[in-house]
Amino acid sequence: MTGAELIIHAFKQEGVQAIFGYPGGAVIDIFDCLYNSDIPFYLTRHEQGAIHAADGYARSSGKAGICLATSGPGATNLATGLATAHMDSIPIVAITGQVATHLIGNDAFQEADVCGVTRSITKHNYLVKNIEDLAKILKSAFYIAQTGRPGPVLVDIPKDIQQAKTRSTYPDSVEIRSYKPTIKGNKRQIKKAASLIEQSKQPVIFAGGGVVSSGANQELETLAKKIQAPVTTTLMGLGTFPETSDQALKMLGMHGTAYANYAMQQADLIIAVGVRFDDRVTGKVEQFAPNAQIVHIDIDPTTIRKNVQVAVPVVGDVKYVLREINKLLSEQKHKTWMKQILQWKNDHPLSYANIGKIQPQYVIEQIAELTDHNAIVATEVGQNQMWTAQYYNFKKPRAFLTSGGLGTMGYGFPAAIGAQVANPDRMVIDIAGDGSIQMNIQELATAVIYNLPVKIIILNNGALGMVRQWQAIFYKRRFSSICLRRNPNCPPNCKQTEDDCPTYVPDFVALAQAYGAAGFRITEPDEVQSTLKKALETPGPVVVDVIIDKEENVYPMVPSGAPIDEMIRGMA
Amino acid sequence: MRHIINIEVENQAGVLARISGLFSARGFNIESLSVSHVDTKTSNMTMVVRGDDWVIEQINKQLNKLIDVIRVTDITTSGRDYVNRELVLAKVHCPSSKRGDITNLVDIFRAKVVDISNHSVTLELTGSEKKINAFLETLKPFGIKDLARTGSIAMIREFHDKTLSNHV
Repeated sequence: MTGAELIIHAFKQEGVQAIFGYPGGAVIDIFDCLYNSDIPFYLTRHEQGAIHAADGYARSSGKAGICLATSGPGATNLATGLATAHMDSIPIVAITGQVATHLIGNDAFQEADVCGVTRSITKHNYLVKNIEDLAKILKSAFYIAQTGRPGPVLVDIPKDIQQAKTRSTYPDSVEIRSYKPTIKGNKRQIKKAASLIEQSKQPVIFAGGGVVSSGANQELETLAKKIQAPVTTTLMGLGTFPETSDQALKMLGMHGTAYANYAMQQADLIIAVGVRFDDRVTGKVEQFAPNAQIVHIDIDPTTIRKNVQVAVPVVGDVKYVLREINKLLSEQKHKTWMKQILQWKNDHPLSYANIGKIQPQYVIEQIAELTDHNAIVATEVGQNQMWTAQYYNFKKPRAFLTSGGLGTMGYGFPAAIGAQVANPDRMVIDIAGDGSIQMNIQELATAVIYNLPVKIIILNNGALGMVRQWQAIFYKRRFSSICLRRNPNCPPNCKQTEDDCPTYVPDFVALAQAYGAAGFRITEPDEVQSTLKKALETPGPVVVDVIIDKEENVYPMVPSGAPIDEMIRGMA
Repeated sequence: MRHIINIEVENQAGVLARISGLFSARGFNIESLSVSHVDTKTSNMTMVVRGDDWVIEQINKQLNKLIDVIRVTDITTSGRDYVNRELVLAKVHCPSSKRGDITNLVDIFRAKVVDISNHSVTLELTGSEKKINAFLETLKPFGIKDLARTGSIAMIREFHDKTLSNHV
C-alpha cells in the first residue's frame, strides 16, 4: 500500500463519511486515491470553508470532522479554522500535504512550516518523516482528537511519504504512554462535591461545552431536577438544558440574562460542569460569585483554578462524574431560592422595544417559532450571534454552532454546510450579519453544487454591528470603519443620522441568484413572518436579506471589566 | 519562588518548541533550561522557573497537558532532598604572574583547569547555583574574558535522611 492509500484506508477504518477539502500539488496523490473511493468528498471554494465545514460537521454530529488541504497556502488557510476548533474543543483531523522530505527547509515551492504554524492552535500535530510511522500517527490523530478534552489534530504528510510503499497495517487501537485522560473522577472528590451540594441553600448549576462533548445533558437534567437548582449555560453550553424550562436561567455573562447573572452573584454554591470560567462569563473576576463555593467538574485539569478559586475540583468526564454524583444525592428542595429565581425572571426578562422597524430579536423569535426551536442554527460572530443565543431558546444540544472562544467571523455559513452534510434531514440555518457573511460567502457555490439546503438569514444593519455598539456606548459615537455603506465621499465625522447613504453592496438577493440560490429581502416588520416562512419552505440553499434597525444593540451588556451584575440595560 | 522542574518527554523533533512555545504563549518565564536525551525514546529537561503558587500550578498542568510530555516533577516542592548542579566554563585573564593565585582558587572551589595559554586559563566548575556564583565573583577581579554556563540539572536523592545525604 502507498502512503496515500493508507490514508484513505485509515478514513474507512475510522468510519469517515465526509471529507471537506481542497486539492493542490502536495496532495495530488491522496486525491488520486479519492478518485476511486466511495467516501464523499466536498470541494469547498476556500480551505477556510473546508475546515469550518469539518467543524460544523463535528459539532452537529459528535463525530470527528475531516479536512484535507495542500501544503503552504492550503495549510495556512486552515489556521483560523484550527484555532476556532481548538478554542471550542472540537474534534477535527486535518491532513495537509507537505513538500517532499528532501525539500523540507529549502524554502521549496508552497512550503510552510505547518507544524510550527499550528503548534499552538491544535491539540497536537505531527510531521510524518517515515512511512512506517504513518499508520500509527493517523490512528493516534483520531484517538487524540476525540478523547479527553477533544480538539483538532493536524497531520502534515510530505509528498514522498504519500508515494512510498509500506506493509504496515492500520492498528485497531493505540497506546500513547504520555496521554492518558482521566475519565473517572476521584471518588473522594465526588463525595465531597455531593456533600457540598446537599448543604447548599442557593445552588446554581453552570453548564458549558464540556456537557455537549461528553453527551451529559441527560445527567445534567437529572441533577437539576433532583436538587431543584436553576441552570445557566455558557454560550458553548446552550441547548444542554432546555431553555424553555422554569429552571433555565439561559446564558450568563457579558450578554447573558440579568437573572442568570443575579443568580450567580447570589448563589452559595456553583456547580460548574464542563466550563472554563472565560472572562466573558466572569466579568470582573475578583467580584465574581462572591458568596459561592465552587464545585468544578472538568476533564481538563488546566481549567481548574485557572481563573477562579475552587472548593472542590473533580477531574474527569462530566457524564461519568455527574452520574456518580447523582447516585449519592438525595432529593433537595429549594423553595425560597426558586421563588427568588422566578421573581428575577419575571422582573428582568430579555426584552426589546417595538418601534416600527424590524428588530433583530423579533426575527430570531420568528425563526425559532417557525422551526419549533428544533433547527440546527449556526451563527457568525457579533450581534447576530448574541441575539441568536438570547432569543432562539434551544432545547437540545448540538443544535447551536457558534465560534465561542475565538469569535471567528465567517464561521457560521461553512459550519452550517458541514452540519447539513452530517444531518441531511434537518433544517440547518445560518443566522448571519452582513459583515460576517461576506467573509466566506464564496461557499454559496459549495451549497448550491452539492444541493445543501442551508438557509442563510442575514440580519443586515449595514454595519459591523458589535463594534458599532461599542463605539456608540463607549466611544461617543465615533464610528470608525464600521459602516459598510461608507465610501470616500461620505462626511468624515458621520454620526449615522442621515438617510441618504451610498447604496449597499453587494445586493445579497442578486448575489444569491448569481450563485443559483434563492434570494429574499425583507424590509418591513409585517413581512418578516410570511417571507421567512416562504424562505424556509423553499428547497435548496436560500439567502434572506433582512434589513434591520441599525440602532438596535445587544442588551443586557456587562461592560468589560465590570462585575456581572452591573449591566447596561439599554441606551437612554 | 524559584522552582526546579524535571520534565520527561518523548525524544521527538519539535518537543522543545512545544514547551518553549507554551511558555511564551502563556507568559511564563524560563530562568534556565537544560535538555538531553536519556535513551533513544526519552529526553529529560530540567527547567528553572519563577512564579507564585498559581503560576507554578498552571505550568505543571499545562506541561502535563502536552501530548509529548510523559511526566512532570516539581523537584522543589517534592518534599524530598535533591541534588542540583550547574556547569560553568570561564576563560579568565591570567598572565603567568597570577597563575598561583588562580590555581589557589581552583583548589578551594574544587574546580579544574581545562586550558591554559600565556594570557589566560580556562576553568571548569560544577556545583550549585550559589557555589558557581561565588566562584565567578572571586574570579571577577582577574577579568573574565569569556563565560559559558549551563542551566540547572537536578535529581531527587534516594536518602530521605538529610544528615546522611549531605555526606554523599
